[in-house]
Amino acid sequence: MGIIEGIMLTVITAATPLLIAALGELVAERSGVLNLGVEGMMAVGAVCGFAVALETGEPWLGVLAAIAGGVIMAALFGVVTLIFVANQVASGLALTLFGLGLSGMLGSAYVGRPGARIGSLELPVLSDIPILGSLVFGLDPITYFSIALAAGVWFFLFRSRGGLVLRAVGDSHASAHALGYNVIGVRFMAVLFGGACAGLAGGYLSLVYTPQWAQAMTAGRGWIALALVVFATWLPGRVVLGALLFGAVSILQLHAQAIGVGIPSQFLTMLPYLTTIVVLVIISRNRLLLRVNTPACLGQPFVPDR
Amino acid sequence: MKRAITACGAVLALALAAGAAAAEDKLRVCFVYVGPHNDGGWSEGHEHGREMLQEALNDKVESSYVENVAEGPDAERAIERLARSGCGLIFTTSFGFMDPTIAAAEKFPEVKFEHATGFKTAENVTAYNARFYQGRYIIGQIAAKISEAGVAGYIASFPIPEVVMGINAFMLGAQSVNPDFQVKIVWVNTWFDPAKEADAAKALFDQGADIITQHTDSPAPLQIAEERGLHAFGQAFDQIEFAPNAQLTAIIDNWGPYYIERAQAVLDGTWGTQSTWYGLKEGMVVMAPYTNMPDDVKAEAQATEAAITNGELHPFKGPIFNQAGEQVIGEGENLDDGTLLGMNWYVQGIDDQLPQ
Repeated sequence: MGIIEGIMLTVITAATPLLIAALGELVAERSGVLNLGVEGMMAVGAVCGFAVALETGEPWLGVLAAIAGGVIMAALFGVVTLIFVANQVASGLALTLFGLGLSGMLGSAYVGRPGARIGSLELPVLSDIPILGSLVFGLDPITYFSIALAAGVWFFLFRSRGGLVLRAVGDSHASAHALGYNVIGVRFMAVLFGGACAGLAGGYLSLVYTPQWAQAMTAGRGWIALALVVFATWLPGRVVLGALLFGAVSILQLHAQAIGVGIPSQFLTMLPYLTTIVVLVIISRNRLLLRVNTPACLGQPFVPDR
Repeated sequence: MKRAITACGAVLALALAAGAAAAEDKLRVCFVYVGPHNDGGWSEGHEHGREMLQEALNDKVESSYVENVAEGPDAERAIERLARSGCGLIFTTSFGFMDPTIAAAEKFPEVKFEHATGFKTAENVTAYNARFYQGRYIIGQIAAKISEAGVAGYIASFPIPEVVMGINAFMLGAQSVNPDFQVKIVWVNTWFDPAKEADAAKALFDQGADIITQHTDSPAPLQIAEERGLHAFGQAFDQIEFAPNAQLTAIIDNWGPYYIERAQAVLDGTWGTQSTWYGLKEGMVVMAPYTNMPDDVKAEAQATEAAITNGELHPFKGPIFNQAGEQVIGEGENLDDGTLLGMNWYVQGIDDQLPQ
């Protein structure tokens, strides 16, 4: 495998978990719910996926379990913030703390045990085409799914009636309610979708990326996904761009070090964050566009008929 | 976030302390871990040591631990609580617990403290560490023999003396076999981030290294080596399960015998302040079985291990030159422990700049 090809493959796989988690959070935020618990939902997804895959020997059951784990965590958040109208920021932070702790407890029996990796596709002939072969036909199935997911989220939000309702709920829950839409119901579904994505992203880490489990193995990726949503101004296309950019810079800085460019490693380590922020800020300089895309009711609780 | 976890840990410790108060006449030995007790790395190594201690002195010792204690001011509170609750001997097992341990020790002069990997001692505080660099020298030799490209990749955590010492020892070992051996170093600025460690391993392999070693805590780099059909070494644990065809050997931390020795010293009334730095000889550093290599390489590695164990060979024996070509130590002498513990320079032959 050539070096360019190697770099590109690594970049795409590094971007995948960020992309999946960020897309889920984007949908939740478009409906007006700010869920800061992405990291916690990812951690639970990672441990559920790993445990089920190891116990059953079926990695794909593991993927389903990862999604289920994220959904259950999100449901908890939904009940607390949408039905009991608790503060979303505080509840989200609590969800992260809870998720990290819970994953540690659930997974204590699985530390230090190797898991089976969900491998890449091996298509005859097609995967053997130089460079293009492994880049287009040699990725793992979840990465393909993440690309489809980005397209699907875009189509749903901006080309379907359901997406229009969801955005209306996020922009003005009082109006949506007056029109007869079930604000709490729509938000609940969006939160569950966010949880499913976060769980899948966690499962990607423990089943595909590094088939093992240890507490806190998500290592802050949930927070990066959260930040990507804001920097991408709630647009799915820009989330893809941001995730790839972040992945690219974080991989390239490792290569720069291996070549020995003589730039302090501490600076290189911070570079992915810096670059992603700078680039996404630059493309978001159009204030009007920013205002149009920011869900107006983001983080605001909704209590019907009061 | 860590604070909340610390608080929970402290509450748990108090509960444990209350329960253990019944066993009055036993020596209470308490451990403070920086991570979860089952982190599959550093803290788990100490937990194994605690289990060995409990088993060996079961009728005289009552041991317990507090986990997930953040380094810094919170640590001092956690350590003080243990001292107040009746612990007679407290092991604090992370570098960042050094100053909190010293501070707590001043307030509880009758309690005995032991701090791992630090350099400060006091009337009732002992420092202890393991000579991991001895193992690094051995794996450096193996790497130079196995590598066809003559290039190794090194995944490093933070530029502290402990890690720099490891890189230098690895390189000196490799140079003893192949003077032109090269090492590519990547700093990931974390002790534990499996995905990032895996990325670093991929980057190093993509750039032509065909063998890697890491000074971080997860087995992720080994898994990448296994996937690519190349070789790597285990760290802190025998990680052969993660890479049955890729792991050549592993440097294992073995704290148990030391913990037994020190608890026994307290029971006998012979405990005193000291600075302990044990290695292969004392069994604090152990090499995992040599696997996936030809018999002659294995024999040579065993010979080197024996030579270091019986004191014939010091990995940092002179002459040693720094990157500028200046002689740091001459023929027939060995670098002293003080220089090793403050190491902030690379040896000659490392084509890279040490981050400062």
